[in-house]
Amino acid sequence: MTKHILKRLVVSIPVVMGIATLVFLILHLVPGDPVAVMFSQQSMTEEQLHIIRERLGLNEPLPIQYVRYLWNAAQGNLGQSVRGGLPVTELISRQFPYTMELALWGMLMAIILGLSFGIVAGLYHNSWFDNLVMILSVGGVSIPGFWIGLMMIQLFSVRLNWLPSAGVGDWKSLIMPAIAIGMAEMAVIARMTRSNLIEVLQEDYVRTARAKGLRQTAVIMRHALKNTLIPTVTIMGVQIGRLLGGAVVMEAVFARPGIGNLAVKAIIDKDFPVAQGCVLATALIYVLSNICVDISYAYLDPRVRFE
Amino acid sequence: MSDQMGEKTESLSRQPRTEWQRIRRELIKNKSALAGLIVLVVFVALGVLASVIAPFSPIVMNTEVPFAPPSLESVLVGRTAEGKEVRVGPFIMGTDQYGRDVFSRVLHGTTVSLQVAIICNAIGLFFGTTLGLISGYSGGRVDFIVQRLIDMLYAFPSVLLAIAVIAILGPGLYNVMLAIGFSWIPVYTRLVRGCVLSTKQNVYVDAARCIGARTSRIVTRHILPNIASSIIILGSVNMGTAILTAAALSFIGLGVQRPDPEWGVMLNEGRSFMVQAPWLTIFPGLAIALTVLSVNMFGDGLRSALDPRMRID
Repeated sequence: MTKHILKRLVVSIPVVMGIATLVFLILHLVPGDPVAVMFSQQSMTEEQLHIIRERLGLNEPLPIQYVRYLWNAAQGNLGQSVRGGLPVTELISRQFPYTMELALWGMLMAIILGLSFGIVAGLYHNSWFDNLVMILSVGGVSIPGFWIGLMMIQLFSVRLNWLPSAGVGDWKSLIMPAIAIGMAEMAVIARMTRSNLIEVLQEDYVRTARAKGLRQTAVIMRHALKNTLIPTVTIMGVQIGRLLGGAVVMEAVFARPGIGNLAVKAIIDKDFPVAQGCVLATALIYVLSNICVDISYAYLDPRVRFE
Repeated sequence: MSDQMGEKTESLSRQPRTEWQRIRRELIKNKSALAGLIVLVVFVALGVLASVIAPFSPIVMNTEVPFAPPSLESVLVGRTAEGKEVRVGPFIMGTDQYGRDVFSRVLHGTTVSLQVAIICNAIGLFFGTTLGLISGYSGGRVDFIVQRLIDMLYAFPSVLLAIAVIAILGPGLYNVMLAIGFSWIPVYTRLVRGCVLSTKQNVYVDAARCIGARTSRIVTRHILPNIASSIIILGSVNMGTAILTAAALSFIGLGVQRPDPEWGVMLNEGRSFMVQAPWLTIFPGLAIALTVLSVNMFGDGLRSALDPRMRID
């Protein structure tokens, strides 16, 4: 297992390098002079722009800028915001816990509800509950989460005054954002678990387990469920990416702080160092969570460890 | 004997003659796919004819009737010197804070959303398929380089990749289409490459090579038609995702900009008035949900018809 983890970590090094390269290129792919674009709203002399270019290291040859960017990024230095002058790392580390909190609660809700619905629907195939889960799962991936968020605010905050509509604070402020962000993923997990369970329940080893007199609960918990979960765990890596993307929108709906809000504000304000930092940080979290998913996958399916 | 022969002939005549006939028959049999297709056709018709059907301009303000609730009756805005009533409307989906007709804006939003769905897919599909074909068919060093590039792009969640492209190009409708389309290039490339790798092992590809067919001919005439169904399946799934992503990006201010009528923009504008005018958020949201639902239902049916192994029970 340790060998598998190490192998997975080594494989991800070029991916991380690739991410850093693409993020570095963001500034250099901006049409025209990036410094002029950043300060287009303010009237600045050519001399002032030259000083800023000098400060950002943009007068150096591209390979030197690239090596310097990688070296600084490896040390956790992502530059400074051109708007407030604060270090980008500090800005991100302030917002990071809020985004992670939202994404993790969304994922947790998606896993708990998705697995429960999927298992019950799979066990009672073709029942009314199964049909309901199928309808919900199609609806879950079709109805925009941010609209569900707005409708929940309308009902639970504006009309009933049960839950806070915005901000961060106690657990109550997390209920609506977690449901809105996790709904689509819950639908995918429920649908996948259901079809996997239906398939697994027809396998020979399940029939054997039943033939030797095991109770239904034991057959499901010990034999069927673990094999049902393998494909579900595989898609969780992709789902974490979607949740991180969804967090950008949900933070806007529920007026929550977070990396998404920071990134959107940076893009609108043309604060490129902050936008670059946000993209880099989110992509790195995505890579890291995919490594975790791969490791848990290896735990569930021993064949992966010996490949 | 002759009866049996007759039955056999009849059952044979019922068999679909071409692949398209089989797909059409499967789609007609699948009720949810058919319902999805009907709703989708209605939305496409509404989108195409929006400027004809819409009773008002989607951007012209009518300050006399802000926040008029949805109604089938016209709104009284005053009286002439002769004492005649002056009425405007009716506004079946109400009006917004500037008195713009929500129904007209939703209709024009349909045009934008369908445009986004088609163009994003076209960008991802064209570049992704081309790269996938080159990578999968060439193999060797070309394949290695293309795949490492795709690995890099794959390391970003697609919304984040789209946001990164918007960071470069700036917000706006065309930039959003480019950004979403670009974020799908890796998905199409991986799919097409995988399909090409298995298809190029077939005997008919060897046969074409043996009779001296050029690489471009082998790829376009022998490989591409055989992997088309997988590309169509992915395309149908991505249509709904494109509409959702574009609406989400417009909602947070990175996509279509005000005052253009787009569903995400309308939701963003309407959220500030949820207490006095809930219809501003209800109708655009319903439009997104219905369109994406119909695309997904049709897409599921198409997937089952094109590849029975992927059928969802």
